[in-house]
Amino acid sequence: MEGHVFANLVVAALLVGSAALAFVIRRSELWREAAVQLARRRPIALAVVALYLVIAVLDSVSWVGGGEAGEGGDVLALHQPRSLVDRMFPLDFDEKSYSAPLASAEFYGGDPLEHPGLHLLGTDILGRDVLHVMLDGTRIALLVGGFTSLIVIPLALLVGVSAGYFGKRIDDAAFFVMSTLSSIPSILLLITLIMAMGRGPVQVCIAMGVTSWVGFCRIVRGETFKLRELDYVQAARALGVSDLKLIWRHILPNLMHLVVITFVLTFSGLVLSEAILSYLGIGIDGSWGQMIDQARDELARDPIIWWNLAAASAALFALILAVNFVGDAVRDVLDPRTLRERE
Amino acid sequence: MLAYVLRRTAYGFVTLIGVLLLLFVLFFLYASPHEMARRAVGEKAPPEVLEQWIVNHGYDKPKLWNPEAPLDTLLVEHFRRALTFDFGRSDADGTPITQRLREGMGPSLALAVPSFVFGLLFSVALALFVAYFRETYIDRMGVILCVLTMSISTLLYIIGGQFLIGKLLRWFPISGFDASPSVIARFLMLPVLVSLADGLGGSVRFYRTVFIEEGGRDYVRTARAKGCGDLRVMTHHVLRNSLIPILTRVVVAIPFLFTGALLLESFFGIPGLGSLTVDAINGNDFATLRAMVFIGALLFIGAQIATDVSYTLVDPRVRFE
Amino acid sequence: MSEPLLRVSELVTTFPASGGRAAAVDGVSFELAEGEVLALVGESGCGKSVTALSLLRLVPKPGRIESGSIRIAGREVLSLPLSELRSVRGKEAAMIFQEPMTSLSPVLTVGAQVAEALRLHEPISAAQARRRTIELFEQVRIPDPEARFDGFPHQLSGGLKQRVMIAMALALRPRLLIADEPTTALDVTIQAQILELLRDLQRELGTAILLITHDLGVVNELADRIAVMYAGRLVEEGTRVQLLGDARHPYTRGLLRAVPSLGRRGERLAEIPGVVPAPGERPPGCRFETRCPVKLARCANDPPEDTPVTPGHVARCFVVAQELAR
Repeated sequence: MEGHVFANLVVAALLVGSAALAFVIRRSELWREAAVQLARRRPIALAVVALYLVIAVLDSVSWVGGGEAGEGGDVLALHQPRSLVDRMFPLDFDEKSYSAPLASAEFYGGDPLEHPGLHLLGTDILGRDVLHVMLDGTRIALLVGGFTSLIVIPLALLVGVSAGYFGKRIDDAAFFVMSTLSSIPSILLLITLIMAMGRGPVQVCIAMGVTSWVGFCRIVRGETFKLRELDYVQAARALGVSDLKLIWRHILPNLMHLVVITFVLTFSGLVLSEAILSYLGIGIDGSWGQMIDQARDELARDPIIWWNLAAASAALFALILAVNFVGDAVRDVLDPRTLRERE
Repeated sequence: MLAYVLRRTAYGFVTLIGVLLLLFVLFFLYASPHEMARRAVGEKAPPEVLEQWIVNHGYDKPKLWNPEAPLDTLLVEHFRRALTFDFGRSDADGTPITQRLREGMGPSLALAVPSFVFGLLFSVALALFVAYFRETYIDRMGVILCVLTMSISTLLYIIGGQFLIGKLLRWFPISGFDASPSVIARFLMLPVLVSLADGLGGSVRFYRTVFIEEGGRDYVRTARAKGCGDLRVMTHHVLRNSLIPILTRVVVAIPFLFTGALLLESFFGIPGLGSLTVDAINGNDFATLRAMVFIGALLFIGAQIATDVSYTLVDPRVRFE
Repeated sequence: MSEPLLRVSELVTTFPASGGRAAAVDGVSFELAEGEVLALVGESGCGKSVTALSLLRLVPKPGRIESGSIRIAGREVLSLPLSELRSVRGKEAAMIFQEPMTSLSPVLTVGAQVAEALRLHEPISAAQARRRTIELFEQVRIPDPEARFDGFPHQLSGGLKQRVMIAMALALRPRLLIADEPTTALDVTIQAQILELLRDLQRELGTAILLITHDLGVVNELADRIAVMYAGRLVEEGTRVQLLGDARHPYTRGLLRAVPSLGRRGERLAEIPGVVPAPGERPPGCRFETRCPVKLARCANDPPEDTPVTPGHVARCFVVAQELAR
């Protein structure tokens, strides 16, 4: 299956999944109340995150065809899949090299541009429109945060609940694995994994997943210990309810608020880590981190080239800031103490 | 207490063995020496060249089991090297790794220790200040500032710091390192400042929460009731009782020292262990990388044990277990 | 003596509640003379603890003292600058709290904490402070005081911790001791010991005590006078004999009746039906009206005034006024 078709299917699945999730939330009073509270506290931050989400989704839906090549145009480009975001820009939008935002001439040499005055944020060393590259980076950032969490959360839940619930040997084994992984400083572990697995977006996500699941797993394990000792859980066990059913009905639902909080709070850490990996040369192509990495020697030039760095930094900062604000609010809203008060 | 330290050290050793196992699995089982050769020499190299590379670097032994000489395997070699600190030669340029590690320690410490110490002092002091003014203008502004500064990537701090202070203001050199005591400070100033700015937000916010929580406890009320002034309450009661969460946070922050070392050293041209690691990445030097991970884990485990021990010094309830 | 040691007038202390602020202490006035023991009695939530905390301005944020006057030894506490307030705290007036388990700093020795109280107010050396602390420990009957000095709070039982608190409070011989439910968190046998200690110390040092409690047994042991509080206001005040023997206010009577007595076995426990109204739901007239067995029509709308019963015995109730008029 072609790459872009796969991505389209994933987006479709995500949309269906989100709709299902929204339905489930509406039916539960606790979660509905929490969602309302969240929207009330941080409307702006939520809107910003939503905006990023929309851009990322738009950039993930792509197909071949449509559009016209300009004169002497790039016929090859016509047969590449182009996403909705790609289609917001003319097909043959590249210049030869650097140009300042809204400029009509190239930065070095002063030759006139193909599309004068149309590059809102200028062009980079390859002549690509910086705004376009920046928007593409949105998809990667959200991919990093979302896909990695998709790995981390189920894995941490599986290991944490098993260790906490069944204890003894399983717990010892889990504890050994967690200790080993967490005794290596995360950056070193990341580098090691990527060097061993190879450099590619999937490998980067897996590596980040392996590095970050331990923290959450510990929390899950601790909570499961506590939950297992609760009176009604003990009563259910005495009545002969099977372990699986107990976990599904009593333990997992009580861990959900932790899942949400952890997901939002680690999201920004993951995106920032990817930026650092890009600097080290082992990140994901086209990410904001890579843009920032390229910007390093652009600043050393005279006159300086600032628009590449500014665009990537602003995009990164705005997303992280918004997620941090939302994360704080989510934690406050889902804090078990406030949950209890509302009962 | 001695028994506790011994127990922790023993488990630390077990963990270290786990780390070595993980490294072995990743670099010898998952990614074979053949892989490494290909990456080092080039994708298109003919098989004989690859074989030669493998022999040159000592990877031509059986991985797990050698029927002729049971101890002459890559597995045993891997463990032996690590545990005797004889890391062999770099995969990239053949230089002896252990020597480079020793050379790199100094500059890395020269950067890491001031960053750590000043970072801790400043963040605790600032957090005390903000917590004292809880729920006033100062506190609210402080929290927002913290979230703002936390949201800026380390990379941007470094680039920004270099650009602003190095290039525009020319207060300190943009990069470079000279170990002679008279000038070493000039080269370290900027990286240490950048490291401070980067970590301040998150730490202040965390400590502030701790201080506010402790400040609401009953024993603080007792202290006030017997006539303690606010300053003394903060320094003698709240701070002392907050040492355990502070120490815990310090442990968590140690991995960031490693990240910081990697980025700061390579950006600022400081020839420490971080630079060494970055070079290893760029040069596909797996041997050096393995050594660095082992050393990193060793240091981290050591730091964790040290912090555990310090808990007992700080909180009498932990002492008498 | 012209002015009593402690005079509280129309004290109002508020806390945030839905729709503004609610008064936990709503216009409370009382006096305490030198060497006297006044018990402030009431159910949980009636505002007696907040009253005690207000005296030394220890009300936790977001609580706030809104208005009124608190005069200790002739000085108006509510308008003192912080530096002078600090010299009142611990020296003129001291306080002990309900939860000995959490009222001491876990990381300092108990000796150090008591010594701190001494050295905050007097320029003595560490060695002198240590000696005086050990003497104090002896006074509060802590066994093996020398060794205990270097002990940590978590090594002591609740009773011992409370003795340390008492030693700390009385270290500088304050004229006023505010005791907020000092025995509530302790076992019954330990309670008796602590009460006995307080009584002996009170006699020996002549300290006036404001004793906050909900336990009438404690009141009987220690108090010279009693003031009864309900929903933020005082409802009756008098000497121990007057109140325990001739209680007038329906609430006080209800409280006394509700104490189980060994002699009346087999009878139903008498209770006061209903619950204390929440600060936001207080009726405009007498606050006890919703649960009063003998209420009149006007009780719902008019707040009752002080009605003297006999010299020194005051009740705030229209029914009492009516009875006296006959």
